[in-house]
Amino acid sequence: MTQAVIDTTSRAAVERGFRLQWEPAQNAHVLLYPEGMIKLNTSAGEIMKRCDGVATLAEITADLERAFAAANLSADVIRFVTMAVDKRWLRILP
Amino acid sequence: MAANSPVTPHPQPGPPLWLLAELTYRCPLHCAFCYNPTDFARTSAELATEDWLRVLREARALGAVQLGLSGGEPLSRDDLEPIVAEAHALGFYTNLITSGVGLSDARLQALKKAGLDHIQLSFQDSTRQMNDFLSSTRTFDLKSTVAALIKKYDYPMVLNVVLHRLNIDHVEEILEMALRLGADYVELANTQYYGWAFHNRDQLLPSRDQVERAEAVMQRFRERVGQQMKIYFVVPDYFERRPKPCMNGLGSIFLTITPDGTALPCHAARMLPGLEFPNVRSAGIREIWYESGAFNQFRGDAWMKEPCRSCPEKTRDFGGCRCQAYLLTGDAANADPVCDLSPYHHLVTEAVERADRPTAAPQLGPEDKPLVFRSERNSTTLFVK
Repeated sequence: MTQAVIDTTSRAAVERGFRLQWEPAQNAHVLLYPEGMIKLNTSAGEIMKRCDGVATLAEITADLERAFAAANLSADVIRFVTMAVDKRWLRILP
Repeated sequence: MAANSPVTPHPQPGPPLWLLAELTYRCPLHCAFCYNPTDFARTSAELATEDWLRVLREARALGAVQLGLSGGEPLSRDDLEPIVAEAHALGFYTNLITSGVGLSDARLQALKKAGLDHIQLSFQDSTRQMNDFLSSTRTFDLKSTVAALIKKYDYPMVLNVVLHRLNIDHVEEILEMALRLGADYVELANTQYYGWAFHNRDQLLPSRDQVERAEAVMQRFRERVGQQMKIYFVVPDYFERRPKPCMNGLGSIFLTITPDGTALPCHAARMLPGLEFPNVRSAGIREIWYESGAFNQFRGDAWMKEPCRSCPEKTRDFGGCRCQAYLLTGDAANADPVCDLSPYHHLVTEAVERADRPTAAPQLGPEDKPLVFRSERNSTTLFVK
């Protein structure tokens, strides 16, 4: 299988069969899938909840930099999304 | 972890993350490897829809996130759709565990609309002729129809096949069939010996040779098909030397509600003697989970005996499975005899040795001890005392 190249123009969405939600009992975003749950750390949760299949990774990065008054997050976002695609939590839209 | 393995009585547990709702014991199938209690026919009336909705709300409020809808055959309940709808609205990840019998286009459309997240289709067979297991046109047609429906409504096609002595030699044909059905995931799960399966253990336990051959076939198949179909192979724990961390420890994350409302820390736990299992008709989920004696009994490790009590591995495997310890040794607080440190480990190895004997190769079991199929009648006549 050829892996899509992931860059700032990519758009990502939560993979079919997974559900991302805020879980008050865990005080965290969690990713639910058949018979399992991944508790996400703050940055992973903040990135994933913006992966709506519409926003590009550049737009998501800009939004995160605004929301958290941070800079130069692009590499972190791409690194996380690449890992999440590899784990099939996210898929890249064509 | 400290080297001296300190003993911890009843630590405050986290929430019951995983709720298994056994909606009914009714089932159109009669699988000899069913884990349901053999005396299920004594079960009193099933919970009403309203009871289930209350159970869902209370469990979700405590932090439950995974919901398994099982049975029996959950499609036998005609209120499955409103139960799924409520679960979805509450934020559960909903997983229907079904044989597919009773899954029509209309029902699946309604379940999809209700928010059903996932379907696990078990490949089982109701017929008494094991040859039919693979050749039965009726069964294959049913599974094909259901598989097509699952794809039509955009679910991943997840197939679960229970393996045992009588079908494990056909792993290749089973996998070919799964591929033809368009499965995305196949779980080849060796039988776990509880309930009906335990009663039929001598007929169902494969030989070591059978397990090894099946695993080799599965490996080759896996290399051939790659990502197209993911294959999981669950080795029977009788062939292991360390026990599984069953339920992550009883009362740790897992809560089962049986058709009559009995709350259990594991779906097989009803057999454990000396425990008063609470019922959702008379107690709330919070009280059941945090306060009931039955759920606290096996929390922590103060209940453990040697060799578990002083074993550094107790924090990894929690002494294994309480039900297996009880079934094989008569005491649920003993180490799971799958562990080769257990003084009862020979009970497991002897069962495997019996299965390894060339004479122990029955098609349908020896004449004097036939396979007993799960049915209301067998339950009533053989097991309800």
